[in-house]
Amino acid sequence: MSTTTTDLDALAAALRAAIGADRVITDRQELRTYECDGLAQYKVIPALVALPADAEQCAAVVRACVAAGTPFVARGSGTGLSGGALPRADGVLVVTSQMRDILEIAPDDERAVVQPGVINLAVTRAATPHGYYYAPDPSSQQICSIGGNVAENSGGAHCLKYGFTTNHVLGVELVTPDGDRVRLGGRAPDAPGYDLLGAFVGSEGTLGIATEVTVRLTRLPESVRTLLAAFSTTDQAGAATSAIIAAGVVPAAVEMMDALAIEAAEAAVHCGYPPGAGAVLIVELDGPEPEVAAQFAQVESLCRDNRAFEIRIAADDAERALFWKGRKSAFAAVGRISPDYIVQDGVIPRTALPEVLRRIGELSAERGIRVANVFHAGDGNLHPLVLFDAAVDGETVRAEEVSGAILDLCITHGGSITGEHGVGMDKAKYMPRMFTDDDLDTMQLLRCAFDPDGLANPGKVFPTPRLCGEVPGRRKGAHPAQEAGLAEVF
Amino acid sequence: MPADRTLDQLRAAAEVVRTAGEHDTIDGVPARYVAAPRDTGQAAALLRAAAALDLAVTFRGGGTKQDWGSPPRRLDLILDTTALTGLVEHAAGDLITVVRAGTRLDELPATLAGAGQQLALDAPLPGGTVGGAVATNTSGPRRMLYGTVRDLLIGVTLVRADGVVAHAGGKVVKNVAGYDLGKLVTGAYGTLGLITECAFRLHPLPAAAAYVSRAVDDPAEAGRLAAAVRAAQLVPTALEVDAPAGGPATVTVLLEGTPAGVTARAAAARRLLGADATAADQPPDGWARYPWRDGDVGLKLTAALSGVPRLLSDARAAADRHDLPLALRGSAGVGVLYAGLPGASDPERVAALVDALRAATAALGGHTVVLTAPAPVRDRVELWGPVHGLELMRRVKQRFDPDARLAPGRFVGGI
Repeated sequence: MSTTTTDLDALAAALRAAIGADRVITDRQELRTYECDGLAQYKVIPALVALPADAEQCAAVVRACVAAGTPFVARGSGTGLSGGALPRADGVLVVTSQMRDILEIAPDDERAVVQPGVINLAVTRAATPHGYYYAPDPSSQQICSIGGNVAENSGGAHCLKYGFTTNHVLGVELVTPDGDRVRLGGRAPDAPGYDLLGAFVGSEGTLGIATEVTVRLTRLPESVRTLLAAFSTTDQAGAATSAIIAAGVVPAAVEMMDALAIEAAEAAVHCGYPPGAGAVLIVELDGPEPEVAAQFAQVESLCRDNRAFEIRIAADDAERALFWKGRKSAFAAVGRISPDYIVQDGVIPRTALPEVLRRIGELSAERGIRVANVFHAGDGNLHPLVLFDAAVDGETVRAEEVSGAILDLCITHGGSITGEHGVGMDKAKYMPRMFTDDDLDTMQLLRCAFDPDGLANPGKVFPTPRLCGEVPGRRKGAHPAQEAGLAEVF
Repeated sequence: MPADRTLDQLRAAAEVVRTAGEHDTIDGVPARYVAAPRDTGQAAALLRAAAALDLAVTFRGGGTKQDWGSPPRRLDLILDTTALTGLVEHAAGDLITVVRAGTRLDELPATLAGAGQQLALDAPLPGGTVGGAVATNTSGPRRMLYGTVRDLLIGVTLVRADGVVAHAGGKVVKNVAGYDLGKLVTGAYGTLGLITECAFRLHPLPAAAAYVSRAVDDPAEAGRLAAAVRAAQLVPTALEVDAPAGGPATVTVLLEGTPAGVTARAAAARRLLGADATAADQPPDGWARYPWRDGDVGLKLTAALSGVPRLLSDARAAADRHDLPLALRGSAGVGVLYAGLPGASDPERVAALVDALRAATAALGGHTVVLTAPAPVRDRVELWGPVHGLELMRRVKQRFDPDARLAPGRFVGGI
């Protein structure tokens, strides 16, 4: 199906009538602002942008899209790194950033109710005076939106102990792909029926658009202690991580950076990490003071046992912030030592860390592509930063090869192709390496139940679209009905 | 005896099929055949055959919750998972395990304790299987710290109604690739497919534990103490209220951690709960058990956390009004209470009480679900109450099981 200019003009008029002219963008220059999300290698200018003010307007936009048979893509702050909110040239981009009210902070219920455009960190800021915070903290928490977090089930450094977005979302109100408003979950746990809420979180905008989110607030810990340990090699830092976990300690965070990542961070933010370190670990414990005190001593001695040559303990919040500054700025920092880079987001079982890091080193040497490693060591979520210069002939291709080989390495070791950024556009082609056709067909059953016409964020997550009316089974090539031009696929 | 072609065809799929005996019923509904597959492949072959023969299938594990939900509208084959057992993998260094669905939940602690680890799921009904716990999303006191099955399940192997085998999730804790079908089948009562293997995240076994309890006369006082515990810096593993019919209530806080930490926090908990609070290293009677026995009425009541004191007193007042001995027990720290009534209670009065409890829980943002009840009561009450998103749920069921052959009628809205 191709959307004609006339169709688009009619849809724009319908949207203006539904939500107001100032909430619909049709100007090409203005549309260009939305041409990519956090992943700059994909750029598509949307046909139209709609900026609904509330849930009813959001539903009206979706209903207008359904009536016109036009695909739509939801977007929050656009900080996802998988192209999950990449617009469609023939579709409407529904931007939720103007729905940004914190509707309720209810510390007695340990809940907050927010609109999807609310910034992640804003929830914590609003809850902190009451003694609570919002635990899932992607590294982009200063700019990413809760709606986007829900769509991607994004994590962060503290997931190991506190779980992921899906463990902290108690309810959503969503606009389904056919424009209905449905409420799932809410203030109380265990609503009767299928756990559609659990299925919706992390569905990357393919099952609808969240218009209101009820999140769990977590009690601020009584005590937080953070140490930075420097090692000569990543093997030693990995061994220290394993020893900590084996000792029965569940740290709030265990983060690792290798020599190249440290170099980049130093160049950017002068974080003053121990000179000569081949790897640093940041280990943070939180909880009741007596627990933290006992376990912190244990962690310190386990780092020494595993040949940490320097251990620094944060004396106060300012020092703690400095430890984290290097880690949190690492992605941006590599921009200073490389013109271009790919942020990878694979996951491996933690015990495979030494082997996988060695193999990444070999891949890097073989292909002449530098790889900086900065990652959540506690849960095995790697973020290799694959550095290249697009101006040098062939480097882009080699960097992509290295990046893909790293994902294969994750799958071979029983891991995953994404830990927190989502599949989006970028990794859809890798899904068949992790899942069988039957697995993907089964996921499509859910998709088709929500979105029989395939209008919600088509082309994301799944590599081989399938007609919803089709009987599940193995396929080769294009669907006959599609080939004959009789039917549209998503 | 005349030839049974259906039996032959099922046996051709997998030998593990027999004619049903008199005890092979699901909630009073007799089956024609019982099959006990030993692996996912056999289960898939059987479900393919059942699909070809248009047989209605209900899954059975330990059988501990066969009287939950409604009886199946139609039943030909019981697919029994008690031969589908054992640990597939325990990667201690990665804090994960993969278990076949028919494995008894209460066998896992001994298996995992050797590595100093646990699957932090309570087993409120002894003898239940892992698959049954997932299918009904049962939970107990420790959900406060560790979450429920849905939070601990990181990967799942399913056999669909048409016999196709599908996997979702995986063996790593942090994983956002594809839809989380594990959550979809958690609490689905076997209406979307057969769960054959589950991957779970594990937790270290705590070095020390303390149960700090205090008896209170007034259920609402129990609710207030629970709120005080939540507001303190105790980080309890569980926070339970036990309010038997006609007796004093007890509030119990479970604290786990390092020996020194637990000692200090138990002392703080005793100060918080009051002078007559006691600490023990063993759980009180009835811990992690539902407050009803076989044949009784069992209810699940939920509310927003701040509504727990109110729910405790409203439920007690409503029971008194209808002259019914209502036992309440549950997780005040998460807003989930269970309630039991004698099975011989007058159905009319039970129905009136359920209405009152539905009104009370709805006002507090929650739900009242009748998990189990004798037939005369079930004939009189609607089990599930209002369900948000029911239309979407029907569409999901239609996609996964278009012929409505899996446990038809057992779930919400007649699904």
